[in-house]
Order: sequence, then structure tokens, then C-alpha cells
Amino acid sequence: MKYQSQAVAKPYFVAAIALFVAQVLFGLIMGIQYVVGDFLFPAIPFNVARMVHTNALIVWLLMGFMGAAYYLVPEEAERELHAPKLAIATFWIFLVAAALTVLGYLLVPYAKLAEMTGNDVLPTMGREFLEQPTITKIGIVLVALSFLYNLSMTFLKGRKTAISSVLLLGLWGLAIFFLFSFVNPDNLVRDKFYWWWVVHLWVEGVWELIMGAILAFVLIKVTGVDREVIDKWLYVIITLTLVTGIIGTGHHYYWIGTPGYWQVWGSVFSALEPIPFFAMTLFAFNMVNRRRRNHPNRAATLWALGTGVMAFLGAGVWGFLHTLSPVNYYTHGTQITPSHGHLAFYGAYAMVVLTMISYVWPKLNGREANGNRSQVLEMWGFWVMTISMTFIALFLTAAGILQVWLQRMGANPLPFMEVQEQLALFYWLRVIAGVAFFAGLLAYITSFFKGVEGSPEYRPLAQEASA
Amino acid sequence: MMSSTFSTTTARNIFYGGALFSFLLFLALTFHTESALPQRDARALLEANPQVAVGKRVWEENNCIGCHTLLGEGAYFAPELGNVYKRRGPEFIKAWIKAQPTGTPGRRQMPQFNLTEEELDALVEFLRYASEIDTNGWPPNIEG
Repeated sequence: MKYQSQAVAKPYFVAAIALFVAQVLFGLIMGIQYVVGDFLFPAIPFNVARMVHTNALIVWLLMGFMGAAYYLVPEEAERELHAPKLAIATFWIFLVAAALTVLGYLLVPYAKLAEMTGNDVLPTMGREFLEQPTITKIGIVLVALSFLYNLSMTFLKGRKTAISSVLLLGLWGLAIFFLFSFVNPDNLVRDKFYWWWVVHLWVEGVWELIMGAILAFVLIKVTGVDREVIDKWLYVIITLTLVTGIIGTGHHYYWIGTPGYWQVWGSVFSALEPIPFFAMTLFAFNMVNRRRRNHPNRAATLWALGTGVMAFLGAGVWGFLHTLSPVNYYTHGTQITPSHGHLAFYGAYAMVVLTMISYVWPKLNGREANGNRSQVLEMWGFWVMTISMTFIALFLTAAGILQVWLQRMGANPLPFMEVQEQLALFYWLRVIAGVAFFAGLLAYITSFFKGVEGSPEYRPLAQEASA
Repeated sequence: MMSSTFSTTTARNIFYGGALFSFLLFLALTFHTESALPQRDARALLEANPQVAVGKRVWEENNCIGCHTLLGEGAYFAPELGNVYKRRGPEFIKAWIKAQPTGTPGRRQMPQFNLTEEELDALVEFLRYASEIDTNGWPPNIEG
């Protein structure tokens, strides 16, 4: 850690991991409810568990991005953070707001929560992923403003690098597109149209800038490859991202009342969306192959390579699987969607945050890398979580294919609930994979408590040393 | 790909140019879509009947999307409701909501939302409106 104020990242990372645990626990509850329908009913109905599951995901990733940015921007700018105390205050406000929101979901009926928080004044609740009370949304905007002010001031006063420019552009984009969560027309088609301006333009747009910047930062650190080379890759990747991803929003505009031509625009551009993810995989492997040092943090390097591969599989390949409109006609709204959603979110965003935490956490604790036992455990966590998530995606894909066939393609289409009963085998297998994922997460968390012993130092490669 | 003639500045300029162009194209398509929507989005029903907007609020404030899909978007735990008005009809929908939860052991349970008769009617009107939106022929059949 070069600058004292980088330490503000610490509470953000701790909260991110804690929320990650909550996310997975509620995911397990939902997984069981898929096969044992009345599990925990009426204490935790499925829709409540799902709000906690998805909202915890969003908040832990945001916490992770924030922690990453608070560490990265001062280092790139070569100066202390503009206002470290503000960053800590922002953290507590964000955490308390998130906790109160989750308690609201769990303790009162959703309609009551809407009433208590004055949803009728500015109705924004009850839309997927944007279930937060309007006052929570306003709180998120204020937290984002404080965060962006702090980082932008640090950026403007210091060294301006490609990585910090791209990161800040991504973060500003994140905040600006979130404003569309306040757009909720009575017209359902227009509601859905602009809802995607938050959801799609986040995950298939500006978040990829954040991901690219974080990955580039970690790759510079662990490989020692020239910044010049890495910067060029970063710009090429994010160009491909936005050129394919922005018009690629059209793949959500096939069946929600929007004109038919979106099937052409959406299919063509979103079919190209795997390319930037593939470039990201090439980028990670290329840089590690061209490394000029063997960084002692092997776990961080593994995460960086892993996120490249898994983002390509989850977001790229599994996205392509159902993005062409003639295919999507049959798969839209089936289990194919969550199969892609799980692998994409884990591969791209969960893993890039874990990559950053892996690299930064030892530094925040005054060592170059964790000791061997800790790294081995962390890598166990990596493999068990990654393989488990791959199986979750595969089982849901199998369930999805069967669902499409029974409900939408066969000669005698069956009703939804009858089809669900026939998918039970795959849902059970998904629960097992989910439990394995949780075990991997526990191994990962345990590794933090074994970090202190014997932390290794930098080792330049032999050819580098002799050159 | 990364030859010395291709500088970081060039890469950066291509990025800003490409992103700006894509976003402007997206905006142009958005403007066109907005102009085409009146022929497709059943807004006559929305404008003629204030109950539709009330029903949308009932839909939102009970987080129906947390289990169901609506035009294929939402959760995948319970049936598609964009066409439920056509599949089941208004009386069935109201009776079903009132009868929840079924309490059948092991079966997925829908909560009791204690909706008033006015709220139920409004919700049905909202679902009727949703079923009239031109979705390019989706879903493939009435089962959703």
C-alpha cells in the first residue's frame, strides 16, 4: 500500500464478502423452494428470498467496485485520496441503508414496505432488481455522488492514466444509468424499455469498463508488463464492448411490445458481444505469458485468468446461446435465462471483484502476498466455487431445454407448473451444486484467517534479472 | 494487432468515437421506437381506463415479478402472466388470488396479499391491458 488513504478499501471489501455470504444463503433457500415448494413458507416467500438474493448481489458488487476504486485511483493518481473520511462515512451510510432495506424485505410485507416508504409519491418499487424503496434509491444516488466526487477530485489532481480514466468513465456511467430506475411510466412497454437502460447498460455496458480497468490494473501489478501494451488492449476491449453492447440492448426488445426491427439489430450486435469477452480472455493469458516477474501472489493471478475465461463462457458463450431472436422466441423467460445469468455474473463481476480483493487484501495488511497455506486454501475456494457455478449453469441449461420442449415445442404443450415438476431432477442437482459452491465460499473465507504466516516477496524472472 | 504504429492515443480515440457513435445510433433507434409504439403498446386501453395504472401499482407493490414473468421478464418460479388474461379469464384470476395459499404440502406457495375487490379488479384490468400488447407473436403458445 503506497498511500495511507487506500486503506478505506478495507471495510468495503469486508462488507462485500459478508453480503456475498448472505446472497449465497438466500440462493440456497430459493434452490430448495424450487423443489420443496413450501420450504420456509410463509416466513420467507420465494419473492422475498429472491429480492435478498439479487439485491445482495448488486450491493456486494457495488461495494467491491467501490473498494477497488478507492484503492486503485489513489495509486494511479500517485496521491492520497481527496477525502478519506468522506469515503468511510459513505461506507457506513451505504451499509446501514442496505441493511435496513434487507430488514424491510424480511420483516414486513412488501406492500407495507411500499406504504411505509411513500412509494405512492414517486413509485419506483416492484420491478425486477429495482425493488428497493424509493428512499433507498435516492440514498444510493447520494452515496454514488459522494463516491464519484471523492474519486474524481483525486483523479483530477493527480496523474491521469488510461486505467483510472476508464474506471471513472465506467463508474460515472453506472451512476448516470441508475437514474433511469426513477423512470417508471404507467405504459408497461415504455417501463420495460427504459428499465433495460439500467440493467443492460450496466452489465453489458459500463460495468465492463469497470471490469476491464480492474483487470488491467491487477495484470500490470502481477505481470510487470509495460503499461503501454496493457492500455492499448484495454481501449480495444472496451471499444468492442460498447460498439457491440449498446445496440446489443436490442436483444431485450424482441417480445416486450417494441418494433420488430429490434430482432435484426439485437441479434446482429449481441451476437458480436462475445468478442470483447474473448479479447479479455486473450488479454489476461497474453499478459501472464509475457510477464516480467513471478508475482508471489499466485492466487491473484489465478483469479485474473479465471475471470477472463469464465466471463467469456458465462457472458459470451451462454449469452450467445439464446441471443438470436429465433432461438430466444423459445427460450425467453425460461431456465435458460438464469443459467446464463448465474455464470455471467459470477464469471465477470463476482470474479473480477474477488481478483481485486485477492491482490489488494495482502497489501492492505502490509505484505506483498499471503503465505502459502492461505493461497492454497484460496485457490481451493477458486476451483470449488468456479466448478460448482459451472455445474449450476449446466443443470439449469438442461432444465431450460427440457422446459422449452415440454412447454413450448412439443405437440401437446404442458402448463407451466406441470413442466416444473418434470424438471425436479435438475433442480435437485442444482441444489447440490449450490451447496458445493457454499463450501467453496467457506474455504475462500477461511483463507483470510491464514494469511499472516510466511508472506513471500517479489521474484524477478531469471531472464529479467540477467537482462 | 499491437504494432508500434497503433498508438494508445489512436486506440483511445477509436474508443471515444465508437462509443459516441453507438450511443447516438441507439438514441436514434429509441426515438424511432417511441414514434412506433402507439400502434403496438395498447395505450388506448391505458388512456381510456384509469384502473390500468392502478392495477400496475398493485402489481408492483406486491412484487409479483419476484415469482412470475411478465412478457417473459421477471422470476421463473411461477407462470407467465402477460397472457394470463387470455389463458384463464378475469374471474379465474380473482378467485385464484383470493384462494391463496393453497397449503398443498410440498407445492410452491403463493402468499395471501389481502387485496380489496377494487385492487383485484384493477389488477385484472392491468393484466388485460398487458395481454393486448403486440409482442411479435410471443409467447409461442397459450401456456406462456
